[in-house]
Amino acid sequence: MIELEELTKRFGDTLAVDRLTFVVRPGVVTGFLGPNGAGKSTTMRMMLGLDRPTSGDVRIDGRPYAELRDPLKSVGALLDARSWHGGRSAYNHLLCLAQSNGLPRQRVAEVLETVGLGAVAAKRAKGFSLGMGQRLGIASALLGDPRILLFDEPVNGLDPEGIHWIRHLMQKLAAEGRTVFVSSHLMSEMALTAEHLIVIGQGRLLADTSMAAFIAGNSRSFVQLRSPDHERLREVLRDAGVTAVVTADGSFRVDAGDPAKLGELAAEHRIVLHELTGRQASLEEAFMQLTAGSVEYHAHDAGAEPPPGPEVFAPDPATGRRPPAWGEDWRRRRGNDTEGV
Amino acid sequence: MAAAQVLQSEWTKIRSVRSTVWTLGLAAVVTSALGGLISVLSRNRFDELSASEQLRFDATYISFAGMGLGQLAMIVFGVLVVSNEYSTGMIRASLAAVPQRGLFLASKITAAALLAFVIGLATSFVTFFLGQALLGPYRASISDPGVLRAVVGGGLYMTLIAVFSMGVAAMLRSPVLALGILMPFFFLISNVLGNVPATKEVGQYLPDQAGTKIMQVVQLPDDAPYGPWGGLAIMAAWVAAALLGGFLTLRRRDA
Repeated sequence: MIELEELTKRFGDTLAVDRLTFVVRPGVVTGFLGPNGAGKSTTMRMMLGLDRPTSGDVRIDGRPYAELRDPLKSVGALLDARSWHGGRSAYNHLLCLAQSNGLPRQRVAEVLETVGLGAVAAKRAKGFSLGMGQRLGIASALLGDPRILLFDEPVNGLDPEGIHWIRHLMQKLAAEGRTVFVSSHLMSEMALTAEHLIVIGQGRLLADTSMAAFIAGNSRSFVQLRSPDHERLREVLRDAGVTAVVTADGSFRVDAGDPAKLGELAAEHRIVLHELTGRQASLEEAFMQLTAGSVEYHAHDAGAEPPPGPEVFAPDPATGRRPPAWGEDWRRRRGNDTEGV
Repeated sequence: MAAAQVLQSEWTKIRSVRSTVWTLGLAAVVTSALGGLISVLSRNRFDELSASEQLRFDATYISFAGMGLGQLAMIVFGVLVVSNEYSTGMIRASLAAVPQRGLFLASKITAAALLAFVIGLATSFVTFFLGQALLGPYRASISDPGVLRAVVGGGLYMTLIAVFSMGVAAMLRSPVLALGILMPFFFLISNVLGNVPATKEVGQYLPDQAGTKIMQVVQLPDDAPYGPWGGLAIMAAWVAAALLGGFLTLRRRDA
């Protein structure tokens, strides 16, 4: 179990991690999701005592990391950045870590076999490919047979077979009752491995929920409408107080709309509809909308905007409502329709 | 966590990289070979020296003349042992395994210092006997007063210069920065400051200037206001300050 309380890290003027409070529980894979630069790696480094929090704290099974006796036996971590000396062999790299925590020598050979590096154990790590390096990092995480595992972007650089392997490994570790905390910037990756989800953006907690609840709460439905009488439909929707977005192909998109009611509305005004479709937004899209207000490095082509076209009209132009405010909206609603923080 | 475990781990780190072998090997070879060469030259030119110069002729110290260059390899060893952790990213794995940073640094420096002492002492004895053999009739004997102290002192000097570099590297964290400061300082600046009359007053308290006193057998009356052990103590104080600085940096900074 990992507990964070009001964890904050400031680098100069930048607030990298902003009062994060959450608990990572054993027995499930917890996904730690956020766009690049959201503060995931910094948070994980603070969990390991590598970075000192500006304020707040992290406890591992109730204690600060620095107070753990032989910490590799409690916590194993695969860090984002390379953390070995290229001139040292894989075996010696693991051996020196094992010795520092009083782990037996044969444990080194075991983990090297587990990650499939047995054949290159005596080779200097300098010549390792990205994927082999990732496996070496995983081997060092598994070394002490820890109850808690942290993986920072573990699939980076792995080939499809390696990705399959690490997903399976994480699920197996969680099934054994361990705490598995894995970061990613890819929602699709999380959807395949994580049961619980913690989403951050610009260092702030955006969601702390089960994956099932996240899917239920965020796979937003919308209704797509198309009519040859475009202008009249627009007026009718506006008069009815329905917020609609005109998509690139000239149809209307109504978020969270009910197809039956919209169909009846059109019929009432005798408007011909060529299309009336209820749709589900993808999980990736839901994640992008959730973090849209907090993406650190926006691409200038508005790639982070929701896919439908940019033209927006609202019943009341004075409110100037824009779709990217969605994350805010979600945060307001978080209390009542998903699992609490 | 037992200190013995961490010490063993740091020893594994040191012995498993090639830079250890070539830096320490170079320190031993350069110190003894250059000392031997200068011993040969001194022997050949002994007759050209004035009477007072012949009186001050320090056969032991002459055989250690290669130390000025050989110590540079010792400095590289000291810097690499510590700053390699940072330049390779190993520090993250190391501190995750040993979060008690004081214990981590103390173990690393102890392991490296013990090895530096063994190599330094062996180098010092080889250098002395090689130099004396080449000095022929002007040689000193290990049983002469002060000679054994000078030879053991040579080993201590090499150890201290390496440990000083470890402390500086722990403060600066970058191998390029640490070497960029230490190499020119010990190769040039310190020698200038310690030998130019205007700056000698201060320069003689620099770590290497004070520390080399331990290798001198013939003490000159107009010389420094400290004896051989006093000089070594001054050097040890510098080392302690560098280590303290390194420890404070490691404790305070993010890894």
